[in-house]
This record gives sequence, C-alpha cells and structure tokens, in this order.
Amino acid sequence: MSEVSSWFRIYEMFQFNSFHMYGVIGSAVFFGAIFTFLIKKLKIKSVFDQTPISLTDKEKGWKRYLIGGIIFGCGWAISGACPGPMFSLLGAGFMPIAVVIASATLGTFFYGLIRSKLPH
Amino acid sequence: MIAIVLFLLLWTGKTFGMSSNLRTLCSMMGAGKKASFFQFDWKAQGWNLVVSLGVVIGGFIASNFIASSNAVAISTETVDQLVALGFEDAGKSFAPKLLFSNNAFSDPYVLLLLILGGFLVGFGARYAGGCTSGHAISGLTNFQLPSFIAVIGFFIGGLFVNHFIIPFLF
Repeated sequence: MSEVSSWFRIYEMFQFNSFHMYGVIGSAVFFGAIFTFLIKKLKIKSVFDQTPISLTDKEKGWKRYLIGGIIFGCGWAISGACPGPMFSLLGAGFMPIAVVIASATLGTFFYGLIRSKLPH
Repeated sequence: MIAIVLFLLLWTGKTFGMSSNLRTLCSMMGAGKKASFFQFDWKAQGWNLVVSLGVVIGGFIASNFIASSNAVAISTETVDQLVALGFEDAGKSFAPKLLFSNNAFSDPYVLLLLILGGFLVGFGARYAGGCTSGHAISGLTNFQLPSFIAVIGFFIGGLFVNHFIIPFLF
C-alpha cells in the first residue's frame, strides 16, 4: 500500500526529515499538470458523451481556503490521514480509522450547519 | 500513479476529490433536512463513492497480497524522535499501534485524539472546499490560486500541530 497513507510518513513530512512525501506529491502534480495542460490544449473529449472536458475554476477568494486549510492541516497532523487514504486504511484493516472517518463525516456535517456564519 | 488516476477521472468527465464523499455521506443519511448545504442530488455523486469503495478494496488487496513488508522506511532521525514520544513501532510497522491497533477502541484518550483529528479534517476540508486530492492534486495541476492558498493553509496548520502540539499529546 502506498506509504502516503502512513501516519509515520505524514509526521516525517512535517518534520522535513525525508523527501518521500514531497516526491510523491510533487511528481503527481508535475505529471498531472502535463495531463491537464494536454486535455485543455488538445480539447480532448470526454470518453463517454464526447463533450469537451471542461475544468471548473475554484471560486475566487482566500479566507475560506486559508482558514479551512489551516483547520484541515491541524487534523491531518493528528490523524495522519486525509480523506483518500482513510479509505485505503480501512480496507487494509486498521479498524480505528473508522472512528476518524465517522468524525470527519461529522465535521463535514458541522460545517454544513454553521456554513452561513463563517467568512468565505 | 496518482497523475494517471487524475487523468482517467478527468477523461471520463469527472474530477478528483475524495473529501466530497464525506458530504455525500451526510446527504445520504438525511443531513439535507438540517442544512441546505446537503440538499443536492447525491446520487449524481455515486461514481465518487464507487471510487472510494475502490480505494477500500485497493487497500485490502495491497495489504493482504502485495506488500511484502509493511514497515515504512522512515528516516532514522524520525524513528528516534517518535520512539522518544512513545511510538515504539516507529520504522517497524505501517501505522502506529498506539493509534491504529484495536487497543485504541478501549483507550478513551486515543479515541478522543482520533475523533478530534477526524473532525478537523472533515470540517477543514469542506470549509476549504477540498483536501489533498481536490486542492493539492486537482487544483495545483490546473494552476488554481485558491488551491495554492489552501495548500499553504494545510502546511501552516500541520506544521504548527506537528511541532508544537504533538509533543504534548503523546
């Protein structure tokens, strides 16, 4: 299983003790950027309905991205798991991750509840 | 590998973002009655739940049939730090037993940490409009400034907790 799902790797990443995580994410972004560029440049069509692939831009602004990002980062450093790897850890049989998934769902729900009161 | 997944999802007219599934789960469980944020056609997001189910199966296959050694080869510096914090299996296992062995279920303090970490991840991801896949991968590859800001936020929060809070937690 990819080591990016490991709590140890996340801890190490924040300690800048190894290039591993930066290598994985960096190469994903590098090749992903090439693919994304080609999709746009060559106007590649969707494989199912043959409509051109359109990538929606993220909404403008900075408050929600910075504040939300900081909150996410705090949780990431504690749980050592982001929403993708959580599911692979579950499949790998690390059962306590189910608690993390449940509380992350609860956190999402809580955001939905107080959304209108937050700066975006 | 991640880039190929990104390409396949874009090619099929989808996007790569895992934390959206948590919103979909809320809607499935009827959260739309409590907040309009969850009133959307969650069935249209079914494909993404299938992706996460695929990730669960992938995790199962990888840990049972592929991985020959589950130890994560973190640097000796990291091992020393973690052993000093009480993570005796640092460098010898995939995930720390302290947090992810079944003993965690009977330790209220560990449960509290898992709940707190998960809650912040879920809340923060939705507030920021994405997580590591939606912002750091999908957003950065499309040169989105908001995603760059979000990733900086991930690191401000992560570095702060990692350096100043974790030493007190364990």
